[in-house]
Amino acid sequence: MSEVEVDLIEGFRNPEHMKALAALIKKECTSKINIMEVCGGHTHTIMKFGLSQILPDFIEFVHGPGCPVCIMPKERIDHAIALASMPNTILATLGDMIRVPGSKTSLQKLRAEGKDIRSLYSPLDVIKIAKENPDKNVVFFAIGFETTTPMSAVLVQQAIEQNLSNIFFHINHVTVPEAVDAIMSGGDAKIDAFLGPSHVSVITGFKIYEPIAETYHTPVVVSGFEPTDVMESVLRIVRQMNEGKSVVENEYARAVSREGNLKAQELVDTYFEQREHFRWRGIGDIPMSALKLRPKFSAFDAEIVFDEILPKTELNDHKMCICGDILKGKAKPFDCKVFGKACTPSNPMGSCMVSSEGACAAYFKYGKLNLKGAKA
Amino acid sequence: MCLSIPSRVVEIDENNYATVDTMGVKRKVTLDLIAEEVNVGDYVLIHVGFAMNKISKEHAEDSIAAYNEIAEAMRDGEISDEEGNSNYV
Repeated sequence: MSEVEVDLIEGFRNPEHMKALAALIKKECTSKINIMEVCGGHTHTIMKFGLSQILPDFIEFVHGPGCPVCIMPKERIDHAIALASMPNTILATLGDMIRVPGSKTSLQKLRAEGKDIRSLYSPLDVIKIAKENPDKNVVFFAIGFETTTPMSAVLVQQAIEQNLSNIFFHINHVTVPEAVDAIMSGGDAKIDAFLGPSHVSVITGFKIYEPIAETYHTPVVVSGFEPTDVMESVLRIVRQMNEGKSVVENEYARAVSREGNLKAQELVDTYFEQREHFRWRGIGDIPMSALKLRPKFSAFDAEIVFDEILPKTELNDHKMCICGDILKGKAKPFDCKVFGKACTPSNPMGSCMVSSEGACAAYFKYGKLNLKGAKA
Repeated sequence: MCLSIPSRVVEIDENNYATVDTMGVKRKVTLDLIAEEVNVGDYVLIHVGFAMNKISKEHAEDSIAAYNEIAEAMRDGEISDEEGNSNYV
């Protein structure tokens, strides 16, 4: 347990509190620690508030694969493009997904050419769209980690309850522990500890990280999103490292429990099962790291219903792109020869530049604030 | 990006949808992912139109105070604003 008594009434950005945490970390951290923040939301907090600047040089952040848009392989984007190109079809998705280029074009370009492609605020809008357009196919390109999988489950449930036969799901839901395991199991990743994703943990509970802490002897601290949450979590990591411990700690107790949201987990289990293989952009194939609809719901599964029109070619990123090494903590965005030159947020060559939550995109945007991060 | 601003439930309809208030912004979210009973006045954590769990009043109010500080710092130009693109994690 941390000795720092967080005075919550002071809020999470109280500069004095931040300084106090930074001073404690500086005092107690005596050797280099590479901390992977798995979640893009944490990457954002670290870059936006310049946390690297107020932390000692010993603390190095490695930006993980926790951005569902960044890890989507090009062939899956080509699936979305093929589905959106069908006549009489509306394709809906979320986030930055429509900006990301597949092998030839992006959903955004296709939309400019007149295809009906919608970027939604909430997945629930898909049900409304399907009801308003009974004579059209409505395809939901579902993306996201454990946080959003139960939401897709609710959509399938609602489609069944409301007898909607014109709605289809292209499922790209992925899971955090398997991805972390894939990065660590190669033995060449330079990662000493993890900041655990918070919203994922709200759903799954923090128990899902226990095997990682145990197997790789890395502390895992589940952290909230506010800057002081991240600082507090870094301090807890430093203390675990100093004590030679590697356990899962929950800094985000105000929203996360060990067991998580059981109702959400049940919904996921009802509608989804594990995929044997899923290719992650920048990492490659990770067995059992993604989900698909169970066979009894195949009438809703866009990959089965529209199988004939879906391209089957696997597509890798340009050889110059070093996203795989960046995700393992072996390199920094600034080490990449194409960073900021041939590869920019408006023209991404690799996964980490694709979305605002990717490591390269964050460095591109906030890089001037974080020159310390330039040293790998 | 995920934010963890707690939202206060101001109304619940018969379809299990709640109208929530997030720092002055009102929106409708579904309570389909919440097993326990939710009442007007409770705080929930929301993400892309879904309430994900309940948060205690004390924690929620602390969190909101923190976000108010961030919003104020942004208004004072201490932190630059960003595009409001919400990724779907």
